[in-house]
Amino acid sequence: MSLLELRGVQKYFGADHVLKGIDLAIEEHEVICLIGPSGCGKSTLLRCVNALEPIQGGEIVLDGELVSGRGVDVNALRQEVGIVFQSFNLFPHKTVMQNITLGPIKVLKESKAEAKERARILLARIGLSEKANEYPDRLSGGQQQRVAIVRALAMQPRVLLLDEITSALDPELVSEVLNIVRQLAVEGMTMILATHEMNFAREVASRVCFLESGVIVEVGVPDQIFTAPKQARTAEFLERIIAAGRL
Amino acid sequence: MTNTPVGESPATPVLLATPGAPRRRALPSFQSNLLTAVAFAIAAVICATVEWWLLIYFDASLVLSGAELIVCRGVEIFLGLVGGTAAWYGILAVTRALSANRLAAGGAPSAGRVRAEDARDAMWFVVGLGLTALIVAFIAFLLGANHGALRTVMFDFGYMWRGHNALLHAFWLNLKIFAVTQVLVLAWALLVAVVRLLPGRACAPVRTLAIVYTDVFRGVPAIIVIYLVVLGFGLARVPGFDSMSKDNQIFWLAVLALTLVYGAYVSEVYRAGLESIHWSQAAAARSLGLSQWQTLRHVVVPQAVRRILPPLLNDAVALQKDTALTSIVGYVEVLGAAQLLKNKYFNLSPVFGAALFFLVITIPFTRFVDFLLKRDKQRTQGGS
Repeated sequence: MSLLELRGVQKYFGADHVLKGIDLAIEEHEVICLIGPSGCGKSTLLRCVNALEPIQGGEIVLDGELVSGRGVDVNALRQEVGIVFQSFNLFPHKTVMQNITLGPIKVLKESKAEAKERARILLARIGLSEKANEYPDRLSGGQQQRVAIVRALAMQPRVLLLDEITSALDPELVSEVLNIVRQLAVEGMTMILATHEMNFAREVASRVCFLESGVIVEVGVPDQIFTAPKQARTAEFLERIIAAGRL
Repeated sequence: MTNTPVGESPATPVLLATPGAPRRRALPSFQSNLLTAVAFAIAAVICATVEWWLLIYFDASLVLSGAELIVCRGVEIFLGLVGGTAAWYGILAVTRALSANRLAAGGAPSAGRVRAEDARDAMWFVVGLGLTALIVAFIAFLLGANHGALRTVMFDFGYMWRGHNALLHAFWLNLKIFAVTQVLVLAWALLVAVVRLLPGRACAPVRTLAIVYTDVFRGVPAIIVIYLVVLGFGLARVPGFDSMSKDNQIFWLAVLALTLVYGAYVSEVYRAGLESIHWSQAAAARSLGLSQWQTLRHVVVPQAVRRILPPLLNDAVALQKDTALTSIVGYVEVLGAAQLLKNKYFNLSPVFGAALFFLVITIPFTRFVDFLLKRDKQRTQGGS
């Protein structure tokens, strides 16, 4: 059984049909990369999985449990599915340490000491121990995004959603963030990434999923998608990426 | 596609080929500002003349002695110097502009530009010093008018001193009303603001109620609310207030009235603050599994309050001053006490004394909050 299953997911923003029946099954330890032009629904799809957006049709199943629709405990779902945003969204009035421990203390009901201890270990792993008591606005973009990843990890989710996490970063800061994702992939974290970093997608993805206008055009292993796409639209998209010097 | 090598002629333009011949605009080498300088100098001299004339009138109309005379002469000398300096800068502006012209004519336009900039600096000093001298001299003129009548009627420190004990006692009541009301307002207004932002159709009735409340109490003068609530509740013997002693009743009714009025204002401040927090912050909190309530409590409200501290402080200062409105229902707080003294001495100075009490509290209070804001900014933000 798949860890996460999307069955015919439909999403409307008013009259805008953003997701037109998405079917996707994600196995445990898989890394799925969503690629596609801006506005194709990548981010919306991730936000739907995290229940930040309600879906208007289809269903989402996590480990055999239906987690979409009315009456679902979204707070419980979000403990299992973490998300990292393009714009970091750290809490500016809280220190790095407080950002990381807020969820564990308030939601997982861990003791302060326990939560801090785990946060310290995680911060040490990403080399930001000395920033524990700094406020986010005093950190570089790359450091902020690393903290945001750790904040999501502190909740010990089963699935991690990464929504274009390097798009708002200066080019020289991208690698420090991607290294963490790489490490997570090696350690078997189940992840869905919406990304424009094609080389990275090719490297870490178990499967790459090309979306256009709210439809999954093609899913396949990275080598097949990037070297021998079956669909003409996939090929066109990749050509434009190559023309922009991004692949 | 390759770049044009240095020294070779570029490719046939496509993007750079614009209709009409390209136009080169030259920077003007030098522009004289002599006329402006002359105008400023004349203005400065007029300023100084008027100011001295006002001061002479002020001096002639007052009959002073002792310390007052010394202070007065000190102010006059200071203002005389300020006006004189303004006039001096006017002359300086003209001489600098003249020398700038000479330099430019002598083939040194860039040196001329520098000197012209100096002339403009002098003109700004004319504006700053001249206006200040004029305005302060005018105030002095008013004080001296009618042989210093204003001073005797309003600013007699003898009367103020004689009343200071009664005023201090009464001002304590203002502070008490202010402190209790401010605490209630902060809590009550936050509640109203949160209710107004509740989503969903189910909450529409309470939302409407909150909107009606803010509209009504922001729309009615505070003095009327105080009148109606304090006198009305008292006359109607409203249960809860009726069993209190007379003093207690009027105190708590005044607190209630002011809470209703300021709650409406402050709830709008809160609402603006809450709405100013970007939804992505709430999304981040919810994505960690925090409930709607926890998100408000730990993420949205703390950030909103930091952001709205200046307007909150503004309303706190206004509330502190408006405690004086309770004097109209016969409450002997500082203004009420000052009025009694005014009637006793037949002199307004105690009322001015009451005003001083408010200043002593509000000015340091404002500076203190400014300091807190600055410190918080330095702590949480990069740079500095």
